Amino acid sequence: MAEGQKTVTIIVQRQDNPDSAPYDETFEIPYRPNMNVISALMEIQRNPVTKDGKKTSPVQWEMNCLEEVCGACSMVINGKPRQACSAMIDQLEEPIRLEPMRTFPVIRDLLIDRSRMFDALKKVKAWIPIDGTYDLGPGPRMPESKRQWAYELSKCMTCGVCMEACPNVNDKSSFIGPAPLSQVRLFNSHPTGAMHKKERMATIMGDGGLANCGNSQNCVEVCPKGIPLTTSIAALNREATVQMFKNFFGSDYSY
Amino acid sequence: MANNKEFFHRRLHSLLGVIPVGLFLTVHLLINYSATRGPEAYNKASGFMANLPFLLILEFLLIYIPIVYHAIYGVYIAFTAKHNFNRFGFFRNWMFLLQRITGIFLVIFIAWHVWETRLQKAFFGAEVNFDMMANIVDNPWMLAFYIVGILSATFHLSNGLWSFLVSWGITVTPRSQRILTYVTMLFFIFLSYVGISAILAFA
Repeated sequence: MAEGQKTVTIIVQRQDNPDSAPYDETFEIPYRPNMNVISALMEIQRNPVTKDGKKTSPVQWEMNCLEEVCGACSMVINGKPRQACSAMIDQLEEPIRLEPMRTFPVIRDLLIDRSRMFDALKKVKAWIPIDGTYDLGPGPRMPESKRQWAYELSKCMTCGVCMEACPNVNDKSSFIGPAPLSQVRLFNSHPTGAMHKKERMATIMGDGGLANCGNSQNCVEVCPKGIPLTTSIAALNREATVQMFKNFFGSDYSY
Repeated sequence: MANNKEFFHRRLHSLLGVIPVGLFLTVHLLINYSATRGPEAYNKASGFMANLPFLLILEFLLIYIPIVYHAIYGVYIAFTAKHNFNRFGFFRNWMFLLQRITGIFLVIFIAWHVWETRLQKAFFGAEVNFDMMANIVDNPWMLAFYIVGILSATFHLSNGLWSFLVSWGITVTPRSQRILTYVTMLFFIFLSYVGISAILAFA
């Protein structure tokens, strides 16, 4: 490295395989203006040599959109779970510490397995069924004001940051977590999606569901998209209370 | 059916914490407050409670069974959480932690408190009155233990009331939740004042 050149120090918590012990490696990379954590990691990938001059394997991570809409590059940066693409080097305190989001199983280095979230989305039917054996025609209209409201909930990119921050999402609990719950609220609000409302409610009123929320409200504080997750959970709590009475006492409106 | 009962258990846990356990705690501390007006007043107030008809049935239905359920399931809840206040030092996360710490402490405190008072009466025929409590809190360590116990109980109830309102879908908006934080914390201060005044009246 040229003498006098400005550098960035990055400590990466590495892990060789899902079962091995994590260890730290420090890298010193040349600084460029407007770098983000992704471009810093790319620098390490180009020249995988630690600060002490030891040659090592390139650091593994996941990325896709590079504009904070896919959620793939989420990792713990200086103790906070967030997207690496929108984490600007100039705004981070050095040395920058990168760790995987350990709420999820670590595959290698910063690469994690977020299946837990995708499985939860399948479980709660986080979609709008429009297929039939014949043309079902157009669904009911959604009022524009409601669409704008629902758009906020639809910003969820399944990044897993809320799951990482939630004390009740861990390997001891089967809690599906804040993000999939908020998706239930989104799809229950859609005029066509509402046709499967009862099934979704039944799922989240089952094991690992809604009631596992302990109201620590970390999720809403950390959500990079500002989704009102705790409002969603509280709204679903109210829905579940009504559903509970409908289930027990019976109701013709319990579809 | 062992499965799919989690929702039921959680909701029951939340409900029992307020009704009847929370209600009982409030009445209990209010009756104790009569100790500030002297032994006579306290003995009269507690005597009224002790002479309620069907006392044992009332105690089991309204106190023992609900509180034991709340305690056992609560300990399970407390130990399934992975606390992360060091990484996420938000106000609600601290309350989340405190709710669990006070809960665990209350299991110990209440077990000891019941042994020292109600069970002494049941097993050894001791009389539960002003003198009994005065003897207990004569020891400064015991007094401190009781003060921490009372504060834990009033906090656990007040903050639990807040969670109850969210868990049952009563307070949905952030604004209503914030206002109820203030309301429940005022309730905490009030109930703590009542409880602490009472215990100091015995000392």
